[in-house]
Amino acid sequence: MATRSRSSLIVYIVWMVAFVIAPIVLVVYYSLLDLNGNFTLSNYSNFFSLAYLKMTLTSFWYAFLITAFTLLIAYPTAYLLTRTKHKQLWLMLIIIPSWINLLLKTYAFIGIFGLYGPINAFLEVFGFEPTQILFTDFSFIFVAVYIFIPFMILPIFNSLDKLDKTLVYAARDLGASGWTTFRRVVFPLTIDGVKSGIQVTFIPALSLFMITRLIAGNKVITLGTAIEQQFLVAQNWGMGSTIAVFLILIMVISMLFTGNKMRGGRVQ
Amino acid sequence: MSKLPVSARIYLAVVFVILYAPIFYLIIYSFNSGGTMYTFESFTWEHYAAVFEDTRLIVILINTVLVALLSGLISTIIGTLGAIGIVSLKNQKLRNTILSLNNVLIVSPDVVIGASFLILFTIIGVKLGFASVLISHIAFSVPIVVLMVLPKLLEMNSSLIDAAHDLGATKRDVLTRVILPYIQPGIFAGFFLALTYSLDDFAVTFFVTGNGFSTLSVEIYSMARAGISLTVNAISGIVFLVTVLVVIGYYMILRRADKDSRTEVRA
Repeated sequence: MATRSRSSLIVYIVWMVAFVIAPIVLVVYYSLLDLNGNFTLSNYSNFFSLAYLKMTLTSFWYAFLITAFTLLIAYPTAYLLTRTKHKQLWLMLIIIPSWINLLLKTYAFIGIFGLYGPINAFLEVFGFEPTQILFTDFSFIFVAVYIFIPFMILPIFNSLDKLDKTLVYAARDLGASGWTTFRRVVFPLTIDGVKSGIQVTFIPALSLFMITRLIAGNKVITLGTAIEQQFLVAQNWGMGSTIAVFLILIMVISMLFTGNKMRGGRVQ
Repeated sequence: MSKLPVSARIYLAVVFVILYAPIFYLIIYSFNSGGTMYTFESFTWEHYAAVFEDTRLIVILINTVLVALLSGLISTIIGTLGAIGIVSLKNQKLRNTILSLNNVLIVSPDVVIGASFLILFTIIGVKLGFASVLISHIAFSVPIVVLMVLPKLLEMNSSLIDAAHDLGATKRDVLTRVILPYIQPGIFAGFFLALTYSLDDFAVTFFVTGNGFSTLSVEIYSMARAGISLTVNAISGIVFLVTVLVVIGYYMILRRADKDSRTEVRA
């Protein structure tokens, strides 16, 4: 068994060195290069300039808003889903939209939020003038929340589903109100699901670039858009790598934060 | 318990409507002869016909499916072997390190994966196109397969392997006759997930695709940036249909696997 397993591990280790370790090393290396390939720390000093700090803060603010709204909608949905009769079927129906290609869903909103789209037509009924909803902060956050909702519902649903119902009954029997039961019993016991939901929302929200390009116009308002801009438009790989290093650091911090869950490799 | 209050039902209904509305909006207007997503003139199949007449689009569709199938297959093989290897490691610390590294690509933002792979391919001289896209898709699918297969391996009773050895099975027999059949549901789940990751990926592909090669996501992006085209709507209609069929297939495989394992336990 041992020798065979060793040989079966080789391909996997090669994969890991080539596509996990090497890319990280390369990104760090490139972040130390200027446009001419000389070693420099100027990318980092640029990153800590006012313009970039402002952009980073904006990106964090948007990611925070997106995560907060997603959680606010997803938690009650997951909670109610666990109480329906055919909950696995309903969960499946919630998950199906997340399987439709991301680009198609985003494209739909170009039509929906457009100047002559259904939302404006609806507003017109109430006497409002048609306005451009596309390319606003509202449309950006709405579409991002829309995209992330199923991914937030799934882990919360799983942790709610595992919750021992007798604990809830016990709390109620002991005189806790519905809200107190939720705040002191249900929510703390499902915090792991909430944490992984936040993890699958927050970091991707920081690095969105497709939705910002299509829905928020051409503004560079997220770290992801900045990376794309530097790599594919400005062709300044050094600066792009520096921003990527920053995103990797945030990711490492979040992995340490939820580290105990990742160990053992059991998802769900 | 199953009787939800009316307000709860309304809440769930609103969430469902919002989740599905954009998809049905796209599909309904894919039948619009008017050419816009605003006023529905009359029913037509012409946009679907346009998809099938556009050879460039058909080539892109074939490319997308080909990349998904190949990357799903290859990453399933690498990931399954990797998971078997990980389980055999006795050193707990090494095992945890490998598992954390395994998760890096799952937690990494797409843009970072795309950008770092772009650097990697440029440095080692892989031409951007089919090969770079396929290799990237294999690369980011491997860890998902590992995560799907690993729990099955961990729940497997090691005395099964010992028994097989005692009964004279070779190492090869143990792998093909004992381990692989047991972890089969995990392998299937991993393959399906790899498939969907590949089909759904935009960001990584966008970085490593180069000029001559395109997948559906990248193509839709460039079409959407140019404005509204009902051909994209027709594509969504087709994608939705295929997705629903795949979901049903996946669900049936899961149920069968579930039933199998249950009857096995009983027997």
